[in-house]
Amino acid sequence: MTGRVLMSAQGLQIRFGGVVAADNVNIDIHEGNNLAIIGPNGAGKTTFLNICTGYLKPHAGRVVFDGKDVTRKSPRQITRLGVARAFQIPQLFTEHTALENLLIAAAARDRSWKPFTALGAIPEREEMMHLLDMVKCTSVADRPVSELPEGQRKLVDIALALALKPKLLFMDEPTSGVASSEKFEVLDIVAKALAEAQVTAVFVEHDIGIVERFADEVAVWNRGEILFRGEPGEILSHPDVIRDVIGEEV
Amino acid sequence: MALRKIIPVLLVALVAALPLLAPFTQVMLTLALAKGLAVLGIIVLLHAGQVSFGHALFFAVAAYTAAFVGKSFAGGELVAMMVAGTLVAAVTGLFVGLFVVRYRHIFFGMLNLAFSMIFFSFLEKFYHITGGSDGLQVLRPSVLGIEMERTGFEMLLFYGSLVICLAAGWATWAFLRSPIGNMMQTIKTNEIRLEYLGVSARATLLAGYVVSAALCGLGGVLMAVAQGIVTPEYAWWIRSGEFVFIAILGGANSVAGAFVGSLVYEIVRTYAAAFAADVWQMVLGVFLLAIILFASDGLVGMYNALMDRLGGKGGMRTDDAREAAE
Repeated sequence: MTGRVLMSAQGLQIRFGGVVAADNVNIDIHEGNNLAIIGPNGAGKTTFLNICTGYLKPHAGRVVFDGKDVTRKSPRQITRLGVARAFQIPQLFTEHTALENLLIAAAARDRSWKPFTALGAIPEREEMMHLLDMVKCTSVADRPVSELPEGQRKLVDIALALALKPKLLFMDEPTSGVASSEKFEVLDIVAKALAEAQVTAVFVEHDIGIVERFADEVAVWNRGEILFRGEPGEILSHPDVIRDVIGEEV
Repeated sequence: MALRKIIPVLLVALVAALPLLAPFTQVMLTLALAKGLAVLGIIVLLHAGQVSFGHALFFAVAAYTAAFVGKSFAGGELVAMMVAGTLVAAVTGLFVGLFVVRYRHIFFGMLNLAFSMIFFSFLEKFYHITGGSDGLQVLRPSVLGIEMERTGFEMLLFYGSLVICLAAGWATWAFLRSPIGNMMQTIKTNEIRLEYLGVSARATLLAGYVVSAALCGLGGVLMAVAQGIVTPEYAWWIRSGEFVFIAILGGANSVAGAFVGSLVYEIVRTYAAAFAADVWQMVLGVFLLAIILFASDGLVGMYNALMDRLGGKGGMRTDDAREAAE
């Protein structure tokens, strides 16, 4: 790994009753290195994202981002440090249009409250239109997000995170709910946008084709542990990964 | 489109002319405008999806502040009373808001109610300070140092209130369209995402809460000066309910609805009480029931629907309707 360590999870442990969702998880996330997290359902992948973004507090261990301990910080504080998140189910402002969603994010980023300036007239408008262009959503800029198909809602959700100009972006199943025929197209758009914005991404994904195509590194999760970690070609051809995660006969 | 804009202007002109054409309506209209300001405060919170059943607290706090200013300074000065009342209401809003913005929906509404009832009890029990259930008299204040006769003062109060309502209405409309106003709206639709944008939902709601309290306070001062007396009834829960009632009647998503609702409510209340003294509450109740069942966007929503029909539109998108309502 060539990039500097952007985020480091050290000895993370968390359990929900009898279910161990993180059992001594240690992992470094390197700048410029897109990491895919794979594993069966219930392996602890989303829990890891929830801990790293402040939604859950681990029972033991710590998370360091950019040299700062963020283990006990709230999602809001972690976001302000440069960590953004896109959700499995797009988390959008349903009474607003796609552009308005991004303008709200831009105003949040720049702490631009401006009580007597209309949202649509803030200086970040052009920048947000460019971002919508990057995710191929310019045509739906003025449509309420509640009317958009799932694929576009996913893209707007990711654009919303990118509007914050984060250093690190967590994406939880960015192609779930998207038609199989559109998955690669959606991820191509996202990958291009991430590269242009120079954002390091960590994404949870079940589709191995997507992982092969977009990840620089893969971490295999099961029962709250990282079983394997390495380059996609090496990891995805490992017999145990093929049997336990991909679900094919070796 | 022109008609849609001309009619509101004509309505404002009609309200402005009414006291000249029918002087007996002047006090009623002043009271309606004062309540309209308080309802505007409710509308600000409804924008964030929260309903307060205790905003009479700020109405009363400001009204009593005005009364104390009047008592302390030989009748008082109208501008000083308005500034002091509004400021005290805003500061009270800040302190109460620190508690209530931690809660949502029914808990938010009931906690507001609890605070207002605590203040109501204070007003009732601390007789030596507040005058108890008799309240405090509010003497006619001077205006920028000029002592005025009753008739002239009441006319000035009405037109002053009208100007204040127009200014406050515009400022609130601009606030709700601004970045922070839109962030307040997202508390209703996706508070978690707002936090994941690095914004404190509580701080955002608190900002709106203080604005809302200040508007209520301004309305309370105007009401106190217009009536010449303040009583604990200003903080009574029925008063808070009245504000919410008027907000729904006028149109919960609309700044204009606060004043339209308030004017209609005050007119219906006054004349229903005069001509059907025993059943006027029933008249209002049936009126509200009809609004909720058949026109959930209130009177302003009905007006927009009518304009759409006249303009040949089959229907409006929600955001268009909202913009038109504003």
